[in-house]
Amino acid sequence: MANNINTNDLTLLTAHEQAELLNAKQVSSTELTGAYLNRIHALDEQVNAYLTVTDDVALKTAKEVDDLRAKGEKLHPLAGVPIAIKDIVVTKGIQTTAASKILEGWIPPYDAHIVTKIKDAKLPILGKTNMDEFAIGSSTEYSGYKITHNPWDLAKVPGGSGGGSAAAIVASLAPLAVGSDTGGSIRQPAALTGTVGVKPTYGGVSRYGAIEMASSLDQLGPCAKTVLDTAYLQGILGGYDAKDSTSLDYDHNRMASAALKGKNQDLHGVKLGIVRELTGEGFADDVQKSFDSAVELLKEMGAEVQTVDCPSFDYSLAAYYILMPSEVSSNLARFDGMRYGLRACGDNLSAEQTMRLTRAKGFGKEVKRRIILGTHALSSGYYDAYYGSAQKVRTLIQRDFTNAFEKVDALISPTAPTTAFKIGEKMTADPVTMYKNDIATIPVNLAGTPAMSLPSGLGADGMPIGFQIMAPGKMDDRLYFVGSALEQALCEKNGALYEKIQFGKQAVNMKTEAK
Amino acid sequence: MATEPKNYVDYETALKHFDVVFGIEVHIELSTKTKLFCSAPNAFGAEPNTLISPVSLGLPGALPVLNEKAVEYAIKLGLALNAKINKKSYFARKNYYYPDLTKNYQTSQSDEPTIGEGHLDLQISDTEMFRIDIERAHLEEDAGKNTHVGGAEGRIFGAQYSLVDYNRAGVPLIEIVTKPVFGAGENAPEIIAKYVRELRDIARTLEISDARMERGNVRADINISLSPKGSGKLGIRSETKNVNSFRSIEAAAHYEIIRHASILLEGETVTQETRHWHEATSSTTSGREKSNADDYRYFPEPNLVPVVISDEWIDQIRAEMPELPAHKRARLTKEWGFSPKDMQDVLNADALALVEMTVTHGTSAHNAKKWWLGELSRIAKEASLSLTDLAITPENVAEIQKLIDDGKVNDKIARKIITDVIAGKGTVAEIVANENLEIVSDDSALKKFVQEALAEQPDVAEKLRNGNMQPIGVIIGIVMKKSQGKADAKKVREIILAEK
Repeated sequence: MANNINTNDLTLLTAHEQAELLNAKQVSSTELTGAYLNRIHALDEQVNAYLTVTDDVALKTAKEVDDLRAKGEKLHPLAGVPIAIKDIVVTKGIQTTAASKILEGWIPPYDAHIVTKIKDAKLPILGKTNMDEFAIGSSTEYSGYKITHNPWDLAKVPGGSGGGSAAAIVASLAPLAVGSDTGGSIRQPAALTGTVGVKPTYGGVSRYGAIEMASSLDQLGPCAKTVLDTAYLQGILGGYDAKDSTSLDYDHNRMASAALKGKNQDLHGVKLGIVRELTGEGFADDVQKSFDSAVELLKEMGAEVQTVDCPSFDYSLAAYYILMPSEVSSNLARFDGMRYGLRACGDNLSAEQTMRLTRAKGFGKEVKRRIILGTHALSSGYYDAYYGSAQKVRTLIQRDFTNAFEKVDALISPTAPTTAFKIGEKMTADPVTMYKNDIATIPVNLAGTPAMSLPSGLGADGMPIGFQIMAPGKMDDRLYFVGSALEQALCEKNGALYEKIQFGKQAVNMKTEAK
Repeated sequence: MATEPKNYVDYETALKHFDVVFGIEVHIELSTKTKLFCSAPNAFGAEPNTLISPVSLGLPGALPVLNEKAVEYAIKLGLALNAKINKKSYFARKNYYYPDLTKNYQTSQSDEPTIGEGHLDLQISDTEMFRIDIERAHLEEDAGKNTHVGGAEGRIFGAQYSLVDYNRAGVPLIEIVTKPVFGAGENAPEIIAKYVRELRDIARTLEISDARMERGNVRADINISLSPKGSGKLGIRSETKNVNSFRSIEAAAHYEIIRHASILLEGETVTQETRHWHEATSSTTSGREKSNADDYRYFPEPNLVPVVISDEWIDQIRAEMPELPAHKRARLTKEWGFSPKDMQDVLNADALALVEMTVTHGTSAHNAKKWWLGELSRIAKEASLSLTDLAITPENVAEIQKLIDDGKVNDKIARKIITDVIAGKGTVAEIVANENLEIVSDDSALKKFVQEALAEQPDVAEKLRNGNMQPIGVIIGIVMKKSQGKADAKKVREIILAEK
């Protein structure tokens, strides 16, 4: 490979493979970063994965890495491997909008903690990825700017809210991406795009500088083509941060070692639990079938698999749609046109009128719906019935997890009930149709526990299917260990799923031949 | 419902018909180095919008981290208020929209504050104490400051535009909330003022706040309601906001009692509302109507973890507690040989610390009291300053008193030195030297003046020689004039008696 590398092939590699080439000085970061930027400029108009592309920023870091490497300086193993960042993460000097019109033109004066870490590790930042406005949505159709298309079938959604990051990964428009997961926004898009996405333990990755949607549920995490790549990225993103009061202190470098160990495909002594409430009814046949055959592979590798009951999970969607909007209604209050972003102007407007008009103009429909829901749920006289009850359900769900993890090491389920749906298909009058996409991903957000989605195969429609692994708090390494074993077994059986995608291959080859 | 009565009854009539119930909310700004939830400096008087950070500006994504010092200060205050210190307390969000509130919610403690029930005993006469029961004291962040330009009295109504300064946004506050207070009777206004003053003194003693009323470090909201005499039923309350001097607090409470009584006696009901106090007219006017339906949609702040306070921490703070004002007053009254009234006069003049410092520098307590409550109070009043703002220190006062005690200057010159020190003419020693103010106690000089005076007033001299001492003052007066007021009167008298 090393002898005839061309830039097209480069972008089809995993981040880990790219890092090896960089470290062996067979490719420069400038070449690699340039290849991605070319690809983005050539192809992203079909996908709309990016809201902002930052060529200069990326190439500057790439050159810096190349210079340091030439000098023999010690670099982070992933230094020079480019990365895309969901637009919910605040980036100093780079427009950050959370895909909302209300933040159009906002250039933050500070970096999120994870951006500082990414900069310290010297990963060139390719740009900011599209998402549902303020991460509110499950299809990226609620972006205030544009709809992201699923590279497997451009007529379909990539999932959401992190559809931009997931689509960028599978379209090889970025080898690594950062996502945020409040109710499945990393994992559901990963499932729908055939990529890997991890929601670490709540507190595992600092939220400082991640625009808040529902603060008690939000968690940043890695997106990539492989389990190992997400493990490496969590190693960069994770770790204690004094600026986030909910930050936890535990080792994130062990994620990569767990992923490497998993490749041995030895799961003897590992107990896995199928969540009864997250299988069967409500899950499409091909999703269930793909899940079942993945379970067979896990058993073949020696895992003991049993079915466990998590009875309160049935109420998780209801509880989530109280707690999340409640926090949203408060978190989004600061967008009032007074200090930054959009300000609705008019003659003789009072501050109050300006606030009201700005919010009417700047927020999208679904955001407004959630603000109204949350405002109602928190209002006096309703608080106990709504917010109070939902908090109790949350406690019950946490208890279900605790009980389950007394029996098994990790829980498993399909990530999403169906494969990717058509753009527009679920933008119906009944928003619950869309909300149901997150039925399997929401429980871990309510419990604060970590979970991963990795592809388990393709559905009847040729679209990817996601497999979810859930672990106890701070035991994220179990996700990587089990996930990596399954990924390896599936790859040996069927080949790497992400290589099956047709999108972009031809286009890039043509473009290269023309050179 | 009425906000103003047609006619106002007098205070006695009000008290004859109604029992006064009051509740007080006092906000104390803590003097921590940094703000409650970020590392932006907490300071007064800086250029607008310079003491800020992503957190205090409420920028998207910025998260709060609790200032430990603020919790320590809360514990100190809690101990001083004989209050329960909750081992675990929480922050909540109080949601409302206002341009000075960067996140459009205030991070504050709600159901589970750090400081629970407590009490404060106030000495209201030589023998009588009055207990104020405290419901709670909670930590919260201050908002920014709006300046409305173009309207009357700087109010928002009629303003052309408003400016916002976020330097104060996120400054730590402790809000101390009393339970409804019954039984204060006609003394209610005085007790309210005394209570706020006591809290101010405690905050200063604990060094948890600069506690300067005029800077808004201590802000009091006074809730007043009246109930028909003996009925025990709570009436509808009004809340008078941010009254920022002790005198105004007393006057505002007095005014509100009369207003409520007048409305009620006219058969109307009082409107539940916020009132604004106006110093110029000594009256309150209607502010925002406040109903119980004000819905702040409180819910637990998810970005902060519970505040956990260990017994060890409380014990450590308790061990370092300074002497509290009430104890100190009792001790000093005794040590100084003061009557309760003497002490009360000192307290009313807000001069305890000044007198105490002056005593520390060697002056007797009575002399120290005499200066601060006499000449210095007069000067301060003329200049509309508080005693602490006068450009003279307790040490200066002690120095001047020592000159008197040593017979080097007389009272009159001492007063001139004081005026000069305040006018910035130099130190006490410099003024005495430069202006040649030291008393003339040189016998020969005085003897010469006395002889001259006796010669000028032969009739008087005659009387004196005949043993009629009554007109001696005439001679003393002439000598004083000749010495430009610097003669030691006692000495002059001795010389006259010898020379007559």
